[in-house]
Amino acid sequence: MARIAQRFAELKKQGRRALIPYVTAGDPESWVTVPLMHALVKAGADILELGVPFSDPMADGPVIQRAAERALKHKVSLTQVLDMVREFRTGDAATPVILMGYLNPIEVMGYEAFAGRAAAAGVDGALTVDLPPEEAGELRQALRRHKLDAIFLLAPTSPPERIRRIAAAASGFIYYVSLRGVTGAAHLDVREVAAKLEEIRRHTDLPLGVGFGVSGPEAAAAVAAVADAVIVGSAIVRRMEESAAQPDKILTEVPRFLAQLRAAMDGTAPQMQASGASR
Amino acid sequence: MSAYDLPDQRGHFGPYGGIFVAETLMQPLAELRAAYERLRADPQFQEEFTEDLRLYVGRPSPLYPAKRLTANWGGARIYLKREDLNHTGAHKINNTIGQALLARHMGKRRVIAETGAGQHGVATATVAARFGLKCVVYMGSEDMRRQAINVYRMKLLGAEVVPVESGSKTLKDALNEAMRDWVTNVENTFYIIGTVAGPHPYPMLVRDFQSVIGREVRYQIMEFEGRLPDALVACVGGGSNAMGLFYPFLDDAEVALHGVEAAGEGVATGHHAATLCAGRPGVLHGNRTYLLETDDGQIIETHSISAGLDYPGVGPEHAFLKDSGRARYAAITDREALAAFHELTRIEGIMPALESAHALAYAAKLARELGKDKSIVVNLSGRGDKDIHTVAQLEGISF
Ligand SMILES: Cc1ncc(COP(=O)(O)O)c(C=O)c1O
Repeated sequence: MARIAQRFAELKKQGRRALIPYVTAGDPESWVTVPLMHALVKAGADILELGVPFSDPMADGPVIQRAAERALKHKVSLTQVLDMVREFRTGDAATPVILMGYLNPIEVMGYEAFAGRAAAAGVDGALTVDLPPEEAGELRQALRRHKLDAIFLLAPTSPPERIRRIAAAASGFIYYVSLRGVTGAAHLDVREVAAKLEEIRRHTDLPLGVGFGVSGPEAAAAVAAVADAVIVGSAIVRRMEESAAQPDKILTEVPRFLAQLRAAMDGTAPQMQASGASR
Repeated sequence: MSAYDLPDQRGHFGPYGGIFVAETLMQPLAELRAAYERLRADPQFQEEFTEDLRLYVGRPSPLYPAKRLTANWGGARIYLKREDLNHTGAHKINNTIGQALLARHMGKRRVIAETGAGQHGVATATVAARFGLKCVVYMGSEDMRRQAINVYRMKLLGAEVVPVESGSKTLKDALNEAMRDWVTNVENTFYIIGTVAGPHPYPMLVRDFQSVIGREVRYQIMEFEGRLPDALVACVGGGSNAMGLFYPFLDDAEVALHGVEAAGEGVATGHHAATLCAGRPGVLHGNRTYLLETDDGQIIETHSISAGLDYPGVGPEHAFLKDSGRARYAAITDREALAAFHELTRIEGIMPALESAHALAYAAKLARELGKDKSIVVNLSGRGDKDIHTVAQLEGISF
C-alpha cells in the first residue's frame, strides 16, 4: 500500500488524527531541513509537507512568502529539495513526505522527469497549489505512473460539481482550505469547516485534511475533532522565522511547538506526548 | 483558413492561457466568466461601454498621418493611432471602463488593481471615482519610489495605494498581492487586471475591451489609404495595447503584425524584458505563457527604461501568435527608445510614452525595409508626460 494510505489506515485503527506540519525546504539554511524533518517526526508528525520555494507564491501569506525568500536567497532548487527527501529517507522509511509548491519549477524540470525523480527520492505525493484538476491531466498521469499521490485542494468556494470532480481526481487525501484567503490568515471558522467536510464526505472516502488557518494548539484540537488530518504551516514557519538567525534553536523550538499541537489534538499533556510519539 | 476564434472554452490559445490558480479562485473565475458571457452578448451593456468610451474617454482617438516623420524616415507611410489623447493619457482606460462596468453589473462595490508605472492604477482609480467604487491599488514599493507622482494622482482620486514589499517589490509582486487580496475578499471585490494576462477569462475580456483600437483603425485608414495597412506595430509589456490593435486584423493575412518588447540594455546583457524574444514557456500569474526565468523555474527581475514594459511574463495570446507565426516579435533597447522619444517630440510635436517609443523605434526600421508604397500603423499607446522625470534624469537634469 502507498505510504500515505497506510499511514491513514494505521491512524484510523488507533483512533487518532494525522498531524501534518509544513516547512519550506531550505528555510532558513539548507542544512536545517533534514534534521528538522526527523525532529518533527519524533515530536509527533504523522506526515511531512515540504514546501518547494518559488519566487511568486501567489497563494501564500507573508509568513510563508518570507520563508521562500529566505530559501531562495541561497538558491534552493527543486532538485535540491528532492535531494533532501532522499537524505531523509535514509533515516526514515515510514513517514510519508508530500511536496507542496507551484507548478513552474515542475514545468521546467518536465512532468515525467519530476515524477520519476521524486519517486526515486522517496516522495509520496505532490500538491501543486496553482494547478486545478482541469489543467492537471498530464501531471497526474505522470505521478500515477510512478505511484505518487496527486493531492488536490478543495475550498469553501468549491460548488458540489467541483467537489465531485476533484474527489474523483485526488488520491492520498484531500486538502481542504479552511478559509477564503491565503496561508496563515486568521479567521478559521470550525463550524463552517465541519459543515463543508460533511458535504465533501458524501463524495469521497479519502481522508480529509484541513489547513491554511490552524494557528496553534487550540485550533489544532478543534480541527482534529472534525477532520482526519490537521495541517499546520504558517504557525510553524513563524517560529522558524523567530529563530532564523540561530538555526540550531529551530531544531529544539519548532519540535517543541509541534508536540504542543500533538498533545492538544490527542487530549494529552505535552510531556506524555513527547515520549509517546517516538515511533 | 477558418476565422480566428480563440480562446477555447477553457481559455486556451493553443498550449497557452488556461486557468492556473488555487482552488479558492476557481468558482469566482467561473462567476466572472458567466457574467462576462452574458454581458458580452447584451446590446445594452455594449451601448453603455461605447457611450462611456465616446463621452468620457474621448473616443474615437484620431488616426494621424505623421507626414514629417514619414519623410524623415524615408520609407513607408506612417500613421499614429493616438491613444495618448485618451482621458488619463493612455489606452489603459478602455479596459478599466469595461471592467468597472462589469464590476457594477456583478454587484461588486470594491475594486482592486496592480500597477507598475502607475498608469493602470491611475486608470483604475479614475473609473472607481467616477462609478463611486472603493479602490485599492497594489504597487511595488520600489515602483512607488520611482513613480511618486502617479502615487499621488491615485490618492487624489480617492484610491488607497498599498506598497508591496515582497519579492522584487515591482509589478509582478504587486500582481501576486492583488491576487491574494482577491482570494480573501472575493465576495465583494472585483479584480481589475491591467493587461491581457492572468487566468481565463481575463486575457480574453481585456483584449475585447481594448479591441476598440483596432476596430477604429480599420475604418479610419480608409480615408487615407482606401485599403488596410500593410503592417501594424505596437509595444508589448503584458500585451494589451498590441492585442487591442491586432485582434480585429487577425484574419487579414495581408496585414503584418509586429509586437515590440523592451530589450533594456540589450538582450545579450540579461538586463531586459524581452519575454517572447528571449524567454520560454512556463506558468505564472494564472496562465501558461512565455516567461523570463532561471534554469530552476524561478521568475527573474526584468529591466527596461519604461516601467510599463518591465514584466517577466506576457499575455498568452501573444505566445500563441508568436508560435503560429501570425505575429512577429522584436525588441528595442532603452537607447533606441529614447532616441525615438526625442525624434517624435521634435518632428511632430507629440511626446510619446517611453513604452510607445519602443514601437516607434521599431517602426522606423520597418518603414525603411518596406519602402515608400507601403503603410504602417503604429499604436501610440500613451503620452510621455509621465516619463519626463525619467528622461530628464538620464540627461542629468534635475528640477
Ligand atoms: C503607455 C503604455 N503603453 C504600453 C504599456 C504596456 O502595457 P500593454 O503591453 O498591456 O499594453 C503601458 C503599461 O503601463 C503603458 O502605460
